[in-house]
Amino acid sequence: MAVNTPPRLGFEYAPAPEATDHFQLAGVYKLFLDGEFVAPASEQHLATINPATEETLAEVSVANEADVDRAVKAARKAFATWSKLPGSTRARYLFRISRIIQERARELAIVESMDGGKPIKESRDVDIPIAAAHFHYYAGWADKLEWAFPNRKASPIGVAGQIIPWNFPLLMLAWKIAPALACGNTVVLKPARTTPLTALLFAQICQQAELPPGVVNIVTGISSTGAAMVAHPDIDKIAFTGSTDVGKYIMRTTAGTRKRLTLELGGKSANIVFDDAPLDQAVEGIINGIFFNQGHVCCAGSRLLVQESIAAPFLDKLRARMARLRVGNPLDKNTDIGAINSADQLQTIKEYVESGITEGAEIFQPPCELPKRGFWFPPTVFSNVSQSHRIAREEIFGPVLSTLTFRTPEEAVAKANNTPYGLAAGIWTDKGSQILWMAQHLNAGVVWANTYNRFDPTSPFGGYKESGFGREGGWHGLHPYLELH
Amino acid sequence: MSAVRSTPPKAPELDIRKTYKLYIDGKFVRTESGRTYQVAGGRVNAPRGSRKDVRNAVAAARKAFDGWSGRTAYNRGQVIYRIAEMLDARRGEFVSLLGKGPAAEREVDQAVDSLVWYAGWCDKLHAVAGTVNPVAGPYFNFTFPEPTGVVGLIAPEEPALLGLVRHLAPALCGGNVIVALVSESQPLAGLVFGEALATSDVPAGVVNLVSGSHSELLAILAGHMDVNAIDVAACNDSEVKQVQLLAEANVKRIVRSDGTHSLEAITSLMEMKTVWHPIGH
Repeated sequence: MAVNTPPRLGFEYAPAPEATDHFQLAGVYKLFLDGEFVAPASEQHLATINPATEETLAEVSVANEADVDRAVKAARKAFATWSKLPGSTRARYLFRISRIIQERARELAIVESMDGGKPIKESRDVDIPIAAAHFHYYAGWADKLEWAFPNRKASPIGVAGQIIPWNFPLLMLAWKIAPALACGNTVVLKPARTTPLTALLFAQICQQAELPPGVVNIVTGISSTGAAMVAHPDIDKIAFTGSTDVGKYIMRTTAGTRKRLTLELGGKSANIVFDDAPLDQAVEGIINGIFFNQGHVCCAGSRLLVQESIAAPFLDKLRARMARLRVGNPLDKNTDIGAINSADQLQTIKEYVESGITEGAEIFQPPCELPKRGFWFPPTVFSNVSQSHRIAREEIFGPVLSTLTFRTPEEAVAKANNTPYGLAAGIWTDKGSQILWMAQHLNAGVVWANTYNRFDPTSPFGGYKESGFGREGGWHGLHPYLELH
Repeated sequence: MSAVRSTPPKAPELDIRKTYKLYIDGKFVRTESGRTYQVAGGRVNAPRGSRKDVRNAVAAARKAFDGWSGRTAYNRGQVIYRIAEMLDARRGEFVSLLGKGPAAEREVDQAVDSLVWYAGWCDKLHAVAGTVNPVAGPYFNFTFPEPTGVVGLIAPEEPALLGLVRHLAPALCGGNVIVALVSESQPLAGLVFGEALATSDVPAGVVNLVSGSHSELLAILAGHMDVNAIDVAACNDSEVKQVQLLAEANVKRIVRSDGTHSLEAITSLMEMKTVWHPIGH
């Protein structure tokens, strides 16, 4: 069956890029150890580039084992005093940090978009404000732990090693650092190789906030930097967000040690549309579910399950909406889909899309002009997808949606749960009892009903099954950073 | 010359010994392997469960999961309370299996107490471990615990009954289904506990009890792709490491509870689910 191509829009928006002249990036960034920026013992650096232009933004340090060890020693030393501070004092530091993030929000948003490729409207309206909100939220818990756990004594764990991904750099940093510090732990954090800059700006923010040295240490680097953290004997806990493969590697590597783990791993989340759903609203939700942040989202709604009776008209609406998405300059305020984070990730996406075509699924991509330089991929939807296709089973981490159909709610649940993952799910229906029945039966840590991809510091986030364990956010997000007696 | 006897002829002075069996899928079965090992000073043959027995137990548990986790919390609480009743009713047999005397009596008392304590948690843990989250937007958002699924439990060598019960009860309370390796050196109390379960309205497959060599069966349980969590409370450090190495295959949750009564003993075998819905009209 030929797919109808919706007509292109008859008007263009004038470019509306953010100005970048109100802040200055350093040419070379050192490591942030014990409250100071210090040169790496490795004497190695790597370039971090703008994936939209392939231009180098800055050089950052590559931390080796010796550097990680210095960071852990600083964190251990700081733990002795930080963990003994009154909770109310720790709270004040975190409130300060939250405020400084708000004050420097635009700078952080622009750097986030330049370093990672995400549209400025997302970094400006989602990443940075929620990062600030996380510090504000956990600041308030710091002096209320005896209220959080009545009849128990809660004590911090020690030094936390935190490894974060490239899709929400500052936000993931906030998810990790805010609860750890509130509970009295100290941290060594490694940002992702391709998106280290906002973590380094955060290091400056720690200095501005006069956070005691060693409480936060930032080690930029490559996968061996993370491996050195996972192997370090004086790290008490590893908190990791990233791929399921690396999560499993961390489980293996820490076997036989007393290290605690929280893992927030991959997903292949189903976004389920029933025939009674408000269809236009559902289309917006599906679009947001898969194209938000170029689909570089662990909880992306990457499998669309649509009830068979409305599949054809629904896909027409979806394709029409996709044709109106603006792909391009991440710094342009009108951009919907920015740059793919790296050349490697672009290659992965291309391979998956190739496999979808080879395995017999039907592809649709709206006509769209992609910039000549940089890493880009058009919004893509597959129909006629079967459950055995790789594009229905494996995490693509790109703007690629796989469509399957179902007839009954039971079939929808069976298909949605037919995956080793269990991070998130979406439900679109007008029927309240059906929402609750579905929410009960879906094996997923987060269920969005008649909405998708909402995040809030008060709301716990984390997966079932191979999507990992432990929760970040809310009261539940305190547990991974505390020992209860 | 037929005199009707009112009583059977006096039996010779020999006791009637029980054949101890595995408890899998609600049935008392011999190990498929046909193997036994001697316990209780060599007087008794206990079944030496095999890889296939463990796999059958996991399959039975998975089949029972939807039904058990779908029960109302009130009903689960009543069933667990019923286990306490049945255990208490069989007190004599357990006391004698545990070596008689005050220590054995105390162990049975504590096992009964543990079941009663967790029975009462079933319909309360959501109120304490669940939350309503005031998100910054027009959404109703709440978080509640759900069972992890199939839980593998390595029961400690001793106390043979209490060690099993106080790890099993919190897992059951949360709605999980269980495959337990009972005490290897003293398996009888654990196996007979199956008789209390079988008469307590616990659906078939919800609890499965296997005796045998822990070093042989541990790896099978820890590496099984349909086991969601392992309670390694009774394992030594090298066994824990073995479990951890195998657990990564399907990201199993590994729990090291110490058997003390706590809410965390329940929630550590549960997943937190968060649901969002817009508010509007």
